[in-house]
Amino acid sequence: MKINVNGSGADVAEGWSVGDLVRARTGEQRRVAVARNGEVVPRGEWEGTPLAEGDLVEVLTPVAGG
Amino acid sequence: MDQLIIAGEKFESRLLLGTGGVPSLEVLEKAIAGSGTQIVTVALRRVEASTSGPLIEVLERCNVRLLPNTAGCMTAREAVLTAKLAREAFETSWVKLEVIGDEQTLLPDPVELLDAAEQLVADGFTVLPYTNDDPITARRLADVGCAAVMPLGSPIGSGLGIRNPHNIALIRESVTVPVVLDAGIGTASDAALAMELGCDAVLLATAVTRARDPELMSAAMRDAVSAGRLAYRAGRIPRRWHARASTQLAGLPEL
Repeated sequence: MKINVNGSGADVAEGWSVGDLVRARTGEQRRVAVARNGEVVPRGEWEGTPLAEGDLVEVLTPVAGG
Repeated sequence: MDQLIIAGEKFESRLLLGTGGVPSLEVLEKAIAGSGTQIVTVALRRVEASTSGPLIEVLERCNVRLLPNTAGCMTAREAVLTAKLAREAFETSWVKLEVIGDEQTLLPDPVELLDAAEQLVADGFTVLPYTNDDPITARRLADVGCAAVMPLGSPIGSGLGIRNPHNIALIRESVTVPVVLDAGIGTASDAALAMELGCDAVLLATAVTRARDPELMSAAMRDAVSAGRLAYRAGRIPRRWHARASTQLAGLPEL
Protein backbone atom coordinates (compact mmCIF):
# COMPACT_ATOMS: atom_id res chain seq x y z
CA MET A 1 0.00 0.00 0.00
CA LYS A 2 1.53 3.29 -1.09
CA ILE A 3 1.38 6.30 1.19
CA ASN A 4 3.42 9.46 1.63
CA VAL A 5 5.33 9.94 4.86
CA ASN A 6 7.15 13.19 5.60
CA GLY A 7 7.24 14.19 1.96
CA SER A 8 8.46 10.88 0.53
CA GLY A 9 6.67 7.88 -0.93
CA ALA A 10 6.51 4.84 1.33
CA ASP A 11 5.24 1.30 0.91
CA VAL A 12 3.56 -0.13 4.00
CA ALA A 13 1.73 -3.38 4.71
CA GLU A 14 -2.05 -3.54 4.39
CA GLY A 15 -3.70 -3.09 7.75
CA TRP A 16 -0.96 -0.98 9.25
CA SER A 17 -2.11 1.59 11.79
CA VAL A 18 -0.66 5.01 12.50
CA GLY A 19 0.91 3.43 15.59
CA ASP A 20 2.72 0.81 13.43
CA LEU A 21 4.09 3.57 11.23
CA VAL A 22 5.33 5.68 14.16
CA ARG A 23 7.13 2.67 15.65
CA ALA A 24 8.80 1.97 12.31
CA ARG A 25 9.96 5.57 12.00
CA THR A 26 11.27 6.39 15.45
CA GLY A 27 12.33 4.60 18.57
CA GLU A 28 11.56 7.64 20.70
CA GLN A 29 7.79 8.02 20.70
CA ARG A 30 7.40 10.46 23.53
CA ARG A 31 6.71 13.98 22.28
CA VAL A 32 5.91 12.74 18.79
CA ALA A 33 2.91 14.19 16.94
CA VAL A 34 1.20 12.84 13.84
CA ALA A 35 -0.88 14.53 11.16
CA ARG A 36 -2.79 12.45 8.63
CA ASN A 37 -4.33 14.16 5.61
CA GLY A 38 -4.18 17.55 7.30
CA GLU A 39 -5.70 16.46 10.62
CA VAL A 40 -4.07 15.70 13.95
CA VAL A 41 -4.20 12.05 14.99
CA PRO A 42 -4.22 12.17 18.81
CA ARG A 43 -1.82 9.76 20.50
CA GLY A 44 -4.71 7.78 21.97
CA GLU A 45 -6.04 7.08 18.48
CA TRP A 46 -2.82 5.94 16.82
CA GLU A 47 -3.50 2.21 17.18
CA GLY A 48 -7.12 2.44 16.12
CA THR A 49 -6.42 4.53 13.02
CA PRO A 50 -5.68 2.35 9.98
CA LEU A 51 -3.63 3.81 7.13
CA ALA A 52 -5.21 3.98 3.70
CA GLU A 53 -3.79 4.07 0.17
CA GLY A 54 -2.59 7.56 -0.72
CA ASP A 55 -2.53 8.90 2.84
CA LEU A 56 -0.36 11.94 3.48
CA VAL A 57 1.25 11.46 6.87
CA GLU A 58 3.60 13.73 8.83
CA VAL A 59 5.46 12.30 11.83
CA LEU A 60 6.94 15.16 13.82
CA THR A 61 9.34 15.46 16.72
CA PRO A 62 10.74 18.30 18.88
CA VAL A 63 13.68 20.36 17.69
CA ALA A 64 15.36 23.48 19.00
CA GLY A 65 13.78 26.60 17.56
CA GLY A 66 12.29 30.01 17.97
CA MET B 1 7.18 40.65 44.18
CA ASP B 2 7.40 42.04 40.67
CA GLN B 3 6.28 38.97 38.78
CA LEU B 4 5.49 38.46 35.13
CA ILE B 5 1.97 37.05 34.85
CA ILE B 6 0.83 35.42 31.62
CA ALA B 7 -2.59 33.77 31.51
CA GLY B 8 -2.62 33.65 35.29
CA GLU B 9 0.75 31.91 35.54
CA LYS B 10 3.48 33.70 37.48
CA PHE B 11 7.15 33.92 36.55
CA GLU B 12 10.10 35.48 38.37
CA SER B 13 12.12 35.86 35.17
CA ARG B 14 11.12 38.32 32.47
CA LEU B 15 13.41 36.76 29.89
CA LEU B 16 12.09 34.11 27.50
CA LEU B 17 14.76 32.16 25.64
CA GLY B 18 14.50 30.72 22.16
CA THR B 19 16.60 27.64 21.50
CA GLY B 20 17.10 28.12 17.75
CA GLY B 21 20.69 28.28 16.53
CA VAL B 22 22.21 26.76 19.61
CA PRO B 23 25.57 25.11 18.80
CA SER B 24 25.14 22.16 21.20
CA LEU B 25 22.87 20.87 23.92
CA GLU B 26 25.61 21.45 26.46
CA VAL B 27 25.74 25.13 25.52
CA LEU B 28 21.94 25.30 25.59
CA GLU B 29 21.80 23.97 29.13
CA LYS B 30 24.38 26.50 30.29
CA ALA B 31 22.61 29.34 28.50
CA ILE B 32 19.28 28.44 30.08
CA ALA B 33 20.88 28.35 33.52
CA GLY B 34 22.78 31.59 32.92
CA SER B 35 19.73 33.45 31.65
CA GLY B 36 17.55 32.43 34.57
CA THR B 37 14.70 31.96 32.09
CA GLN B 38 11.59 29.98 32.99
CA ILE B 39 10.09 29.82 29.49
CA VAL B 40 11.88 28.27 26.52
CA THR B 41 10.63 27.99 22.94
CA VAL B 42 10.79 24.78 20.92
CA ALA B 43 9.62 23.65 17.48
CA LEU B 44 8.37 20.55 15.65
CA ARG B 45 9.99 19.09 12.55
CA ARG B 46 9.90 15.80 10.62
CA VAL B 47 11.45 12.91 12.53
CA GLU B 48 14.22 12.32 9.98
CA ALA B 49 15.54 15.83 10.47
CA SER B 50 16.41 15.48 14.11
CA THR B 51 17.23 13.39 17.11
CA SER B 52 14.96 14.81 19.74
CA GLY B 53 15.47 12.57 22.74
CA PRO B 54 18.46 14.42 24.23
CA LEU B 55 16.92 17.87 23.61
CA ILE B 56 13.82 17.04 25.60
CA GLU B 57 15.90 15.50 28.38
CA VAL B 58 17.93 18.69 28.68
CA LEU B 59 14.81 20.86 28.76
CA GLU B 60 13.13 18.65 31.36
CA ARG B 61 16.26 18.84 33.50
CA CYS B 62 16.17 22.64 33.31
CA ASN B 63 12.62 22.63 34.66
CA VAL B 64 11.33 25.31 32.28
CA ARG B 65 7.94 25.81 30.69
CA LEU B 66 8.04 24.79 27.03
CA LEU B 67 6.54 27.23 24.56
CA PRO B 68 6.13 25.52 21.16
CA ASN B 69 6.23 27.79 18.14
CA THR B 70 4.69 27.61 14.69
CA ALA B 71 7.86 28.76 12.94
CA GLY B 72 7.82 28.41 9.18
CA CYS B 73 4.04 28.60 8.81
CA MET B 74 2.82 31.04 6.16
CA THR B 75 -0.95 30.56 6.39
CA ALA B 76 -3.47 30.47 9.22
CA ARG B 77 -4.36 26.90 8.25
CA GLU B 78 -0.76 25.69 8.59
CA ALA B 79 -0.26 27.54 11.86
CA VAL B 80 -3.46 26.21 13.45
CA LEU B 81 -2.59 22.62 12.50
CA THR B 82 0.99 23.07 13.74
CA ALA B 83 -0.28 24.44 17.05
CA LYS B 84 -2.57 21.43 17.45
CA LEU B 85 0.32 19.06 16.69
CA ALA B 86 2.48 20.89 19.21
CA ARG B 87 -0.28 20.55 21.79
CA GLU B 88 -0.16 16.79 21.23
CA ALA B 89 3.62 16.56 21.29
CA PHE B 90 4.37 18.88 24.20
CA GLU B 91 1.15 18.46 26.17
CA THR B 92 0.67 22.21 26.48
CA SER B 93 -1.96 24.53 25.09
CA TRP B 94 0.49 27.44 25.10
CA VAL B 95 1.74 28.44 21.67
CA LYS B 96 4.04 31.08 20.25
CA LEU B 97 2.05 31.84 17.13
CA GLU B 98 4.15 32.76 14.12
CA VAL B 99 2.66 33.26 10.67
CA ILE B 100 5.22 34.83 8.40
CA GLY B 101 4.64 36.69 5.15
CA ASP B 102 7.83 35.82 3.31
CA GLU B 103 11.09 33.96 3.73
CA GLN B 104 13.38 36.94 3.27
CA THR B 105 12.10 39.26 5.99
CA LEU B 106 10.28 36.66 8.12
CA LEU B 107 7.91 39.50 8.98
CA PRO B 108 4.49 38.46 10.29
CA ASP B 109 1.49 38.39 7.95
CA PRO B 110 -1.03 40.25 10.11
CA VAL B 111 -4.11 39.04 8.23
CA GLU B 112 -3.25 35.35 8.54
CA LEU B 113 -1.94 35.90 12.07
CA LEU B 114 -5.16 37.41 13.35
CA ASP B 115 -7.21 34.67 11.69
CA ALA B 116 -5.06 31.94 13.27
CA ALA B 117 -5.10 33.65 16.67
CA GLU B 118 -8.88 33.83 16.67
CA GLN B 119 -9.23 30.14 15.76
CA LEU B 120 -6.72 29.01 18.38
CA VAL B 121 -8.21 31.11 21.17
CA ALA B 122 -11.62 29.62 20.33
CA ASP B 123 -10.04 26.16 20.60
CA GLY B 124 -8.76 26.88 24.11
CA PHE B 125 -5.14 27.72 23.33
CA THR B 126 -3.09 30.24 25.29
CA VAL B 127 -1.88 32.26 22.33
CA LEU B 128 1.26 34.40 22.35
CA PRO B 129 1.48 35.89 18.86
CA TYR B 130 4.69 37.15 17.26
CA THR B 131 3.50 40.35 15.62
CA ASN B 132 4.62 43.48 13.81
CA ASP B 133 5.47 46.59 15.81
CA ASP B 134 2.05 47.97 14.90
CA PRO B 135 -0.18 49.12 17.77
CA ILE B 136 -3.39 48.48 15.84
CA THR B 137 -2.51 44.87 15.00
CA ALA B 138 -1.42 44.33 18.60
CA ARG B 139 -4.74 45.67 19.86
CA ARG B 140 -6.69 43.46 17.47
CA LEU B 141 -4.75 40.42 18.69
CA ALA B 142 -5.45 41.31 22.30
CA ASP B 143 -9.11 41.90 21.46
CA VAL B 144 -9.54 38.37 20.09
CA GLY B 145 -8.20 36.96 23.36
CA CYS B 146 -4.45 36.49 22.98
CA ALA B 147 -2.73 36.04 26.36
CA ALA B 148 0.10 38.42 25.40
CA VAL B 149 1.33 40.26 22.33
CA MET B 150 4.89 39.86 21.11
CA PRO B 151 5.93 42.70 18.80
CA LEU B 152 9.22 42.51 16.95
CA GLY B 153 12.06 44.96 17.57
CA SER B 154 13.41 44.21 14.09
CA PRO B 155 13.45 41.13 11.83
CA ILE B 156 14.19 37.72 13.36
CA GLY B 157 17.89 37.04 13.73
CA SER B 158 18.87 40.48 12.38
CA GLY B 159 20.29 41.84 15.63
CA LEU B 160 19.16 45.31 14.52
CA GLY B 161 17.64 46.10 17.91
CA ILE B 162 14.44 48.10 18.33
CA ARG B 163 13.85 50.06 15.12
CA ASN B 164 10.70 51.82 16.27
CA PRO B 165 10.80 52.38 20.03
CA HIS B 166 7.89 54.80 19.81
CA ASN B 167 5.60 52.09 18.42
CA ILE B 168 6.68 49.65 21.13
CA ALA B 169 5.74 52.22 23.78
CA LEU B 170 2.42 52.82 21.99
CA ILE B 171 1.72 49.08 21.99
CA ARG B 172 2.34 49.01 25.75
CA GLU B 173 -0.26 51.78 26.09
CA SER B 174 -2.81 50.18 23.81
CA VAL B 175 -3.21 46.71 25.37
CA THR B 176 -3.64 45.40 28.90
CA VAL B 177 -2.12 41.96 28.29
CA PRO B 178 1.66 41.50 28.70
CA VAL B 179 3.87 42.86 25.92
CA VAL B 180 6.87 40.69 25.10
CA LEU B 181 9.50 42.21 22.81
CA ASP B 182 10.27 39.36 20.45
CA ALA B 183 12.97 39.34 17.76
CA GLY B 184 15.73 41.67 16.72
CA ILE B 185 17.63 41.92 20.00
CA GLY B 186 21.34 42.12 19.25
CA THR B 187 22.94 42.82 22.59
CA ALA B 188 22.19 43.60 26.21
CA SER B 189 21.37 47.29 25.74
CA ASP B 190 18.59 46.37 23.29
CA ALA B 191 16.99 44.15 25.92
CA ALA B 192 17.29 46.86 28.56
CA LEU B 193 15.71 49.40 26.19
CA ALA B 194 12.76 47.08 25.58
CA MET B 195 12.12 46.90 29.30
CA GLU B 196 12.58 50.66 29.74
CA LEU B 197 9.92 51.21 27.08
CA GLY B 198 7.52 49.29 29.28
CA CYS B 199 7.65 45.81 27.82
CA ASP B 200 6.77 43.14 30.36
CA ALA B 201 9.34 40.69 29.05
CA VAL B 202 11.84 40.01 26.27
CA LEU B 203 12.07 36.92 24.07
CA LEU B 204 15.39 36.37 22.31
CA ALA B 205 17.33 33.49 20.83
CA THR B 206 19.98 34.39 18.28
CA ALA B 207 21.58 37.11 20.41
CA VAL B 208 22.50 34.40 22.90
CA THR B 209 22.78 31.22 20.85
CA ARG B 210 25.03 32.77 18.19
CA ALA B 211 27.06 34.99 20.53
CA ARG B 212 30.76 34.16 20.78
CA ASP B 213 30.10 33.03 24.35
CA PRO B 214 26.41 32.10 24.69
CA GLU B 215 26.60 31.38 28.41
CA LEU B 216 28.15 34.78 29.16
CA MET B 217 25.66 36.57 26.91
CA SER B 218 22.76 34.78 28.59
CA ALA B 219 23.87 36.26 31.92
CA ALA B 220 24.24 39.69 30.28
CA MET B 221 20.66 39.43 29.01
CA ARG B 222 19.38 38.36 32.41
CA ASP B 223 20.94 41.43 34.01
CA ALA B 224 19.87 43.75 31.18
CA VAL B 225 16.23 42.68 31.43
CA SER B 226 16.34 43.05 35.18
CA ALA B 227 18.02 46.48 35.03
CA GLY B 228 15.64 47.73 32.34
CA ARG B 229 12.65 46.62 34.36
CA LEU B 230 13.92 48.38 37.50
CA ALA B 231 14.59 51.57 35.51
CA TYR B 232 11.09 51.46 34.03
CA ARG B 233 9.54 51.09 37.46
CA ALA B 234 11.80 53.79 38.91
CA GLY B 235 10.81 56.28 36.18
CA ARG B 236 13.41 57.96 34.00
CA ILE B 237 13.99 61.69 34.26
CA PRO B 238 12.61 63.90 31.48
CA ARG B 239 15.00 64.77 28.68
CA ARG B 240 16.15 68.43 28.76
CA TRP B 241 17.65 70.55 26.05
CA HIS B 242 20.17 72.26 28.33
CA ALA B 243 22.16 71.22 31.35
CA ARG B 244 20.76 71.36 34.85
CA ALA B 245 23.29 71.55 37.64
CA SER B 246 23.01 68.78 40.14
CA THR B 247 25.07 70.69 42.72
CA GLN B 248 23.29 73.67 44.27
CA LEU B 249 24.38 77.20 43.33
CA ALA B 250 23.53 78.60 46.79
CA GLY B 251 26.65 78.97 48.87
CA LEU B 252 29.00 79.06 45.89
CA PRO B 253 32.08 80.99 47.08
CA GLU B 254 33.48 83.98 45.21
CA LEU B 255 37.04 83.08 44.40
